[in-house]
Amino acid sequence: MSAADRILKGLFGFYLAAFFIYLFAPLAIMAAATFNTSRFPTVTPWQGTTLEWFNALAADTGMWQALWTSLVVALFVLVVALPIGTAAALLLTSLNARARSVMYAVMVSPLLTPGVVIGIATLVLWRQLGVGGGTFLIVLAQSSFIICYVMLMVAARLQRFDRTQEEAALGLGASKFMIFRRVILPFLKPSLIAAGFLAALQSIENYNTTLFVRGFDTPLTVYIATKVRTGLTPAVNALALIMIAVTIVGAVAYEVARRRSRSARLS
Amino acid sequence: MSEFYGRFGTGLGTLFAALVAVWLAGMVLAPNIMMVDYALRPNLPPADLGGPRDVYSLDNILYLANESVHRSIFFKTVWASALVAFLTLVVCYPLAYWLAQTAAPNRTAVVLLALTIPFWINEVLRTLAWYILLAFRGPLNALLLSLGIIDEPVRWYGNAGVLAGMVYAYILFMLFPIYSAIESLEKSQIEAARDLGASVWRTHWRVVIPHAKAGIATGCVFTFMLAAGSYVAPALLGAPGSRWFTEIIYNWFFEGGDWNRGAAYALVLLVLCMAVVLATLRIARVNLTDVAK
Repeated sequence: MSAADRILKGLFGFYLAAFFIYLFAPLAIMAAATFNTSRFPTVTPWQGTTLEWFNALAADTGMWQALWTSLVVALFVLVVALPIGTAAALLLTSLNARARSVMYAVMVSPLLTPGVVIGIATLVLWRQLGVGGGTFLIVLAQSSFIICYVMLMVAARLQRFDRTQEEAALGLGASKFMIFRRVILPFLKPSLIAAGFLAALQSIENYNTTLFVRGFDTPLTVYIATKVRTGLTPAVNALALIMIAVTIVGAVAYEVARRRSRSARLS
Repeated sequence: MSEFYGRFGTGLGTLFAALVAVWLAGMVLAPNIMMVDYALRPNLPPADLGGPRDVYSLDNILYLANESVHRSIFFKTVWASALVAFLTLVVCYPLAYWLAQTAAPNRTAVVLLALTIPFWINEVLRTLAWYILLAFRGPLNALLLSLGIIDEPVRWYGNAGVLAGMVYAYILFMLFPIYSAIESLEKSQIEAARDLGASVWRTHWRVVIPHAKAGIATGCVFTFMLAAGSYVAPALLGAPGSRWFTEIIYNWFFEGGDWNRGAAYALVLLVLCMAVVLATLRIARVNLTDVAK
C-alpha cells in the first residue's frame, strides 16, 4: 500500500466518522435533553437529571389528541391508497410498452411535485366545491402522492409474477375474479403489507402537504411544529425518545431476523 | 386496454380503471387545473365573482416578477435548493461508493439499516433535533466555545441552519439511488482502470460517475424538489433574513388572505420544479421510467 493510499484511507475513515456523528449526534442530543430539568430542551447546561418530562408528555392531552388525528388520517389513507395503488400497478403492467411509459410518467408525477403544491391544489379545488380543510382533505391530499409509492412497490413485485399461473387457473375453470382473488392477491400480499407500512409512515410523517389542508384539525407533525413557536418543552423530546427507541428496537429485531433466516438457508 | 380487460374481465377491469381514473383525474389533474384557474384570476370580493372584472390575466404572476423582495426570495430559494442538492451529493457519494463496492455485505446491511433510523421518525422531529442543537445557548455553541474555536456564540439559525437541516433531512433520497446505481457496476471495471494506471480521482470521474449517472441525477432531482418545496426547515431553522419561497406562499394563503396570488406563486414553484426535473433528466439522458425505482 502506497503512502498516498494510506492517506486516502485515513481521510475516508475520518469522513465516515464525521458522517455518522452528523447523522446521529442531533438525535442523541434531542433524546438526552429529555432527562434535563431545563424547561427549554437542551443538554448545555445540564441543570439536573429528571424523569418529569415523561409525566408532562403523559399529561399533554393536546399531543395525544394530535396523535389520534394522525392515526385516523393514516388509516383512511391506507383505505384509499392500497386499492388504488394496486389497481394502478395492475393497469400499468397490462399495457403495451409505449402506453406504459406514458402512463408511468403520469403516475409518478405527484412524487416530483412539491408537497406544498399538492396541498394547495387540493385546497383550492375543494373550496370551489364548498369543502374546507380538515381530515377529509388531509386524506385526499396525502393519498394523491402516497398512491405512487404503493403503485411502485406493487408493480415491482408484479414484474416477477409468472403469468402462466393465471393461464393454469383459467384452464382449471377459475373465473377472472377467482384468479384475482386466489392467485394474484396472495402473490402480492408481501408487497401490500410493505406498501401499507410505508404508506402509514408517510402519512404520519407528512407536514408540508398537511399544513395547507388541515383546516382546524391538528395532526401530530403540525402540533409539534406549533409547539416550537408557542412554548417547546422537553415533553416533545420524551415523545421523540420513545419513537427513536421503538425504531432502534425494530431495526435490531429486523437485522437479527435477517441473519437468522440467512444462516437457516445456508445450513 | 383490451389486454387489460381480457385479463381481469369486464367487471373487475372497469373497477380498476375507475379507481385509477378517480386518482389521476380527481386527485391529481383536477386540483392542478383548479390551481391554474385560481392563479390566473384576480382576488375579488364575492359580489364581483363572475362580473366584468373576473377575467383571466397574468397579473398575479407579474406581481411576483415585479415585487423585488418576493422575486429575490424566489431566486434565493432556487439556488439554495440547488446548493442543498449539491452538498447532499458531496456528503453521500463517498459513502454510497463504499457501501456498494468496498464494504463487506454484512456491514453494508447494518449500515443501510442504521441510516434509515433517523428517517423513521418524522421530518418535523428531525428538524427539531437541529433546532435544539443549533440554539444560541445550545450544545454546538457550547462545544465550540469550550474548544476555543469561537469566542462568541454564533447565531446558527438562518441560512446555515436551513442548509444543515435540509442536507440532513434528504440524505436518504440521495444515498439510495446512487448506492443502487454504483452497486450494479462490475468490480472488474474499477480494477481494470486501476491496473491501467488511472488515479483514484480519474477512476471515479471516468468510470464510476458515468455509470452512476442515472442514480446521481435521480437523487439530485428529488433533493432539489424536496428542498424547494420544504416548509418546516426554513420555518424552524430560519431567521427573518432567510425566508423561503414556501413561507411567502403560506402567508398569501393564511395571513395575506389572497389565495389567487398564493396559487400563482405555487404554480411558479411547480413549473420551476418540473423544468428542473425534466432538464436534469435530459442532460443526464435518464428516462423518467428509471426514476423512482
